[in-house]
Amino acid sequence: MTDSPIDIDKKSELNNLPRRYKKISITRYFIYLALIVMVIWSFQGSQFSFEGLLDSTQYFKRFLGEAFPSIGILGENEHSITWKDTFRYTRELIETFQMAFTGTLLGIIFGFILALLSSKGLLGNSRPMRLVQETVKALILLFRTVPDLVWAIIFVMLVGLGAFAGTLTIMVDTIGFCGRFFAEEMEDVDKSPADALESCGATKLDATFAAVVPAAMPGLITTSLFAFEKAIRGSVVLGLVGAGGIGMSLNALFNWMAYDRAMVIIGMIFALIFVVEQVSQYLRRKVTQNEEKRI
Amino acid sequence: MNAIEVKHLSKSYADFEVLRDISFTIGVGESIAIIGSNGAGKSTLLKCLTRITEPSQGSINVFGDPILKFRTGALRRMRSSIGVVFQKHNLVPRLSVLTNVIHGDIGRLHNVSKFPLAGIRNWGQISASNRTRKKAMEALEMVSLSHLALQRADTLSGGQSQRVAIARALMQEPNMILADEPVASLDPVAANDVMSLFYDLCKNKNITLIFTSHNVEHALEYGNKVLAIKNGRLSLFKDSNSIEIKTLQAEYD
Repeated sequence: MTDSPIDIDKKSELNNLPRRYKKISITRYFIYLALIVMVIWSFQGSQFSFEGLLDSTQYFKRFLGEAFPSIGILGENEHSITWKDTFRYTRELIETFQMAFTGTLLGIIFGFILALLSSKGLLGNSRPMRLVQETVKALILLFRTVPDLVWAIIFVMLVGLGAFAGTLTIMVDTIGFCGRFFAEEMEDVDKSPADALESCGATKLDATFAAVVPAAMPGLITTSLFAFEKAIRGSVVLGLVGAGGIGMSLNALFNWMAYDRAMVIIGMIFALIFVVEQVSQYLRRKVTQNEEKRI
Repeated sequence: MNAIEVKHLSKSYADFEVLRDISFTIGVGESIAIIGSNGAGKSTLLKCLTRITEPSQGSINVFGDPILKFRTGALRRMRSSIGVVFQKHNLVPRLSVLTNVIHGDIGRLHNVSKFPLAGIRNWGQISASNRTRKKAMEALEMVSLSHLALQRADTLSGGQSQRVAIARALMQEPNMILADEPVASLDPVAANDVMSLFYDLCKNKNITLIFTSHNVEHALEYGNKVLAIKNGRLSLFKDSNSIEIKTLQAEYD
């Protein structure tokens, strides 16, 4: 026993053990209590139950059975896919991509303009300019907070069923996304080069385009790529309310309970999103690496 | 006509007085070194001269013009003829050296052209006129960096990037250059190189040079006159030939 270098039996020094828990104040105590109450209250309201999940096994089995029929009945099944169907679904998948791409592109352009107008002090600091900045900021907030399905319903009402409504939806959604993050990126850029240009007679507009935008460019590009990924994912569900793309077929197939066909489409969607995300991720990494190399 | 006439200049933030009743006159083509300890008010004084900071009281005449009475447009015209060089160089990092130099010509082009917004051609070297590009290359030649024209500004060494900033200031065809601790971020050798190049360029083109420095040797060597600020007051303004190093070092006590 005596060969231990630390003698824990030394009674006299044991009074100064550090406290195991920090003392918490009354307010903190109540905050923790409120958090616990909120968890319980939310679970109750959300009707979450393991029972319900377990009870649904038979439906689950039926769905899986119909969604993935055994190879044997393939070909004689009423839902079996012909080449014609495959081409149609591919065409719709391409349409989804086109919607997402066009919508994102337009959204980036308008989002950039709105971001310029809403960035604090970028194009001016006068009272009317500040009013414009606040107004545009509120507009961007509106674009961003209203969910895309709601926009889709509105645009289907305005321009009718089809891809155009979907494209407009993605555009508005992207304006909201890019408008906010472009503005943040431009506000975060080191402003001293811009100030330097202004101190030798350049206008705010000059300083913005000659100094702020070039410096923010890597951020603007990666945000745009993120926006495109988001748009590809979003564009799939827009079909559910009739705003074009492959989602319309998916919705119809679910309504006919043709789960096996629906699975094929989900697989195609998965492939599209996977490819787009991989390419986008590769490009984003390229952009950031390119910046790191210089510094 | 004098390059600068400052009379009874004061600047205070809330209840803190940074500059107190400062008056001096600088002739055309002179080179002035401003010294003083940190927080003495050197940078504030420099910023007041182009109204980047608004003075609280007093008057400033730049080449005879009462600049405190200028409104936005006139102020911008005045600024476009005054080059400013910063301690941090303040180049746009992701753009080429040539584009950064051409940026110096934005304000001037706004003024000389009869077309509104003419200066936006100079946002990048791609869109600038051949005349401007040639002028920028000549400015780069003067600081012997023309071989780096298409290199990105963030790949330069400290000395190189400050020389690019000087070329950018020369692009303005300025009659005066204000430099706030232009070589403070450079190593001693580069600092001497850049400072003597800077001084020679200004002398050759009869540009009035006003620079701040913590280096008293630089102040004596490159300033025809030395202006010292202590606690916001003008404590010394003399011909550098008649000053000893010890006197200047005393300004830091």
